[in-house]
This record gives sequence, C-alpha cells and structure tokens, in this order.
Amino acid sequence: MDKQKYLDLYYQMVLIRRMEERGAELYQAGKIGGFMHLYIGQEAVSTGLIAARQPQDRVITAYRDHGVALNCGIPVSQIMAELLGKSTGVSKGRGGSMHMADVTKNFWGGHAIVGAHLPLATGLALGDKYAGRDGVTICMFGEGATNIGFFHEALNLSKVWTLPVLWVCENNMYGMGTAVGRASAVSEIQQKAEGYGMAHERVDGMNVLAVYEAAHKAIETVRSGSGPRMLEIMTYRFRGHSMGDPERYRKHEEVLKWEEQDPIGVFHAYLTTNKQAADKDLDEIDQRALAEVQKAVEFAEASPEPALESLFDDIYYTEEV
Amino acid sequence: MARLSMREAISQAMWEEMERDPNVFILGEEVGVWGGSYAVTKGFYDHFGGERVRDTPIAESVIIGATIGSAMTGLRPIAELMTINFAFAAMDHIVNEAAKLHYMFGGQFVLPMVIRAVTGGGRQLGATHSQTPDVIFAHFPGLKVVAPGTPEDAKGLLKAAIRSNDPILFLEHATLYQMRAEVPDGDYVIPIGKSKVQRAGKDVTIVTYSKGLEISMKAADELEKQGIQAEIVDLRTLRPLDMEPVIESFKKTNRAVVVEEGWKSFGVGAEVSARIYEQAFDYVDAPVRRVAQKEVPLPYNRTLEQSALPQVADVVAAVKEVL
Repeated sequence: MDKQKYLDLYYQMVLIRRMEERGAELYQAGKIGGFMHLYIGQEAVSTGLIAARQPQDRVITAYRDHGVALNCGIPVSQIMAELLGKSTGVSKGRGGSMHMADVTKNFWGGHAIVGAHLPLATGLALGDKYAGRDGVTICMFGEGATNIGFFHEALNLSKVWTLPVLWVCENNMYGMGTAVGRASAVSEIQQKAEGYGMAHERVDGMNVLAVYEAAHKAIETVRSGSGPRMLEIMTYRFRGHSMGDPERYRKHEEVLKWEEQDPIGVFHAYLTTNKQAADKDLDEIDQRALAEVQKAVEFAEASPEPALESLFDDIYYTEEV
Repeated sequence: MARLSMREAISQAMWEEMERDPNVFILGEEVGVWGGSYAVTKGFYDHFGGERVRDTPIAESVIIGATIGSAMTGLRPIAELMTINFAFAAMDHIVNEAAKLHYMFGGQFVLPMVIRAVTGGGRQLGATHSQTPDVIFAHFPGLKVVAPGTPEDAKGLLKAAIRSNDPILFLEHATLYQMRAEVPDGDYVIPIGKSKVQRAGKDVTIVTYSKGLEISMKAADELEKQGIQAEIVDLRTLRPLDMEPVIESFKKTNRAVVVEEGWKSFGVGAEVSARIYEQAFDYVDAPVRRVAQKEVPLPYNRTLEQSALPQVADVVAAVKEVL
C-alpha cells in the first residue's frame, strides 16, 4: 500500500467521525428524525474492508450504515441530505438514516430489520454467479444478527450453493444493550461458521490495516470460487446503540478503556511513527474533513424538501393499471 | 387453442418464459428433481438444468430473500412456496423487503420477481395447511397479488407477472389444478390489474376470484334454472384492485354478493362492499351480502371442513337474499 492510500484511509475515517459528530448535533437540534445509529469507534472496520474490494464487489449492510455509505463512495452531502430527509438525499429522503443505498456505487443498503439482509446477500451473490461475473458480495452485520434464523438460513444456503459471499460480522460486544455473552450461546461468533463448514478468521477491528489485509485475502479467496467465508471483526462503538440510549448496560470506564484504542488514534500513531505522514499532513486532513462536512451540511440545509406530489412515486416500477 | 388443466397452463407459461428469457429461473422446495410438490415443474429440471431449476433447503426466509436479492441484480426469479401457509415463515421478506425496497430507496432497486404459492382449503390438511390468507398480502402497497380462477387467466397472468418489474405474489388454488378449459397457444399475455366479467347477467352481480369463481359459476347455473341471471365479475388481481367492471355491473343490477374462500372478517367482501357503497351508493337496492369461510381454523374431518367452507348453496341463498 502506498503513502497516498494510507492517507486516503485516514481521511475516510476522519470524515466519518466528523460527519457523524455533526449528525449527532443536528439530531439533538431536531433536524434529523427517527432512529440514528452512529458508527463512531467502528470506522476502521468498514474503511479497511471496503478499501479491499474491487468495483464489481457488492456491499450490503445493516442500519448502522452512514460510514459504509461514505466508504462506498457516496458523497457526504448526499448522506447528510438523506439524514435531513431532503430530496437530494441518496434515497430521495424516503429512507433516512437506516436506509441509504447507491446502486451506481455497488452499495445495496442500508437494511433495518436485524439479519433480514443476509438472505438478500445470497441472492445478490447468486446473481453474479448465475451470470458468470466474478463479483464478491460483502455482507456486513452485527454480532446480534447471528442469533436470528435469517443468519443461519443464509449461511447454510451460501455454502450449499457455493455462493461468492464474504460474511462480515462486526462484533461490537452489544446487541443494543445486551452483552454478547447474554444473548449468544457462543461468545466467539466465528465458531458459528464452523456449523456450516465455512472458513473463518477473527480480526482486530480497531486497526484499519489489519482489517484491510484480512479482507483483501478473504475477498480474493472467495473470488477464486472457493465459496463463502466469514470474518469476525472485533470492534466497539463509543456512542450509544442509537441516539436514545441511556447506556445502563456498560460502565463508563469500559468505554474509556476502548477509547484508548480509537482506530483513528491508532492509525495516526502508526503513520507518524513509521514516517508515512507528518503531524502537519494529518492536521491538514482533519481540516479538509471538517470543511467537507461543513459544505455538506450547508448543501443539505439548502436542499428542497421532497415535493408532496412525489408521495406516491415509485411504489411500483410500473404504474398501477 | 388447447384444452389444458390449470396445472398445465401454469407450467406452459413458465416453460415458454424460460425459453424466451435466460434470466428467468425457478427456485423452491422440491421444484427440481422431484418435479414440484404439485407437479407444476415436472420435466423442467431435465430440460433446463439445475442452475435454472434450483432445489432449495426447507428455509422460506432465504428462499424469498435470495429471490429478492437475485431480482435486484436483474434476474427474473420465480420462487415456489409449497403452500401459502409457509409464507408466514418468510413474512419479513415479503412484507418488509419485497414490498418496500423499490419505494424506500427512491426507486433504485427493481424487483422483477414472482412468488408462486399454493393457496386454499378443502383437502383435509388440517388448520395449518388449509388457509386462504390471500387478503393479508393484498394489504401492503408495493406488492401485487394475482389469483386466477381459470386456466386461460392463469397462463396469461403468469406470463405477465414474469415479465413485470414488480414483486408479484401469484396464488394458485390447490383444488383448481385439475380444472380444464381452452387456453390460447403461445404468447398469450393478460395485463395485471384488470377485473373481468366471466359471465354476463342482469339480475345480480357476483364479485369473486380464484376458487370463488368456480363456486359462483355453479351457483349461476342453478340460479339460471330458476330464471335468475347472475353476472360474475372475477377480480383476478387483489392488488391493484380494479373496481371498474364491478361498479359498472352493479349500476346495472343494483344488487351484489361477494364470494371468497377466506374468512369473512376484514376480507375481500368487506373491501369490495365498502367500495360499492363509496362509489355507487345511489344504485344500492339491497345490502351487499358476503359469502365466505366460517370463522374457525379449518378442521381435518371432511364433513366439518366442508361445512366451514363456502358452498354453491351458500351463494344461491345469498343471491336470493339480495333479490
């Protein structure tokens, strides 16, 4: 990986962080409605993972999707506009925080029913296999999704049909407020892949390069036709599950301890220690990210509301007869 | 024209569409090697191969999930659910994904997919395998629900469904598979969302669909002997619901009976009669009557089961009440 790529990964992580900090402010100011789940703390997972994909590889994820959307190439302005429910949003203001997608960027959403997008991922992968394309479907989900039937039906079918899927479990230790050990029969989620005869690996999700390396190897192995695999990426969210989380289920000290491993801080130290970047370069990137977010907020605030007449658009592809 | 059973008409529609478009494929439980639980896909596996006629595990969520996902990539999957009762195990994917994805992402995702499911009671299969829950699925904007009552309509509507770019639930009544009638050969396509007058008459309008059509036709024969001419409007599609031919007929007869196999509460009869009152109140000469299944989980015992299902005599009696 060359220096420019390192700096780009750093930029993406900082951009996600700044974008979501502003998002939280706008939410508290009442400008963003509904549920909003922040990715803060988990940025290295999606950033490292998606940096390892090729353009033909599809990405599908759950509702904690702002960072993933950004890593897939959706501009902050369109993400911000979607959060504000504007017509310029990536889903035209129809989806909101949990339902962002951009087919042109091979990003297939943004799905808010826990685990329900895993069966969809098998279908995306089947589409590529059926057509003889070499794309890999990268399906991200939280460890909480591994306790629902969808997970098991999807993993099983992917193996039976040798589908090109990389299953990526983001283990952030809590399904909402329930610690993994209180909800899952095995706390080491990767063991569940064993039940489907699937290769698996546990990865440090606070280290963007570790994620990138593991993802690159796994994606290319899947592309070679060897069938689905699973990565369990160990991470931690620094904020609540959603904006309305009283956080009674964990101690503040635990959060502080994890914050010592802040993926942005870890990568900052790596870059400066290994002389890939000077403090000054990284400060510049921070400023660039702040400016980008500011521009995006201005764009979103200035964007029009969806027209009332558009309410019935796109219920069906064809008009009702 | 050829005289085909409903089963043969459905099978022919799929066969022709698979020959026509390599993106059309079938998936479901026992659709391949077995030839289909109701033999609708008999011979398909040998002709089209295992890539296009895909046997799945018994896992309805992923059957429908894979159907949706592959449709999003541009394929045209036809999923077979062995019975509509198993759709409940895939309810999230039908309701929260198939019916929503096109709208919720601003029109980006296109879902050219068909879910074929066997519906209906009357075969002594007990309460869990005998339901006619068609209307439940018609409740959700974003989904289309087609339920033909003749072999001709089955062929034409299924071909339209396979070519459509919307998610469509296609309901086949289990006891209609043997019904035989003339079916046009070759490329015969009927637009989805059009009700049809299946029998002309002037004294009363019977509104029905699917299995209800067969019952209503027999009832109309009996009524005819008694000098009563019933007009039968077959809805054919529950969503979108085409009321035009219903209202047109009602304005002529001023009397209506709605016949369905599902339960009466919140059913097709409730919807259609409400719309008649909304759209043609000035033409009402008698309260609209509803013939439907008695409000009980269907029992196994044949006599008990038949007593709970709508019968020809029930339709005849209801017509006499409104006259």
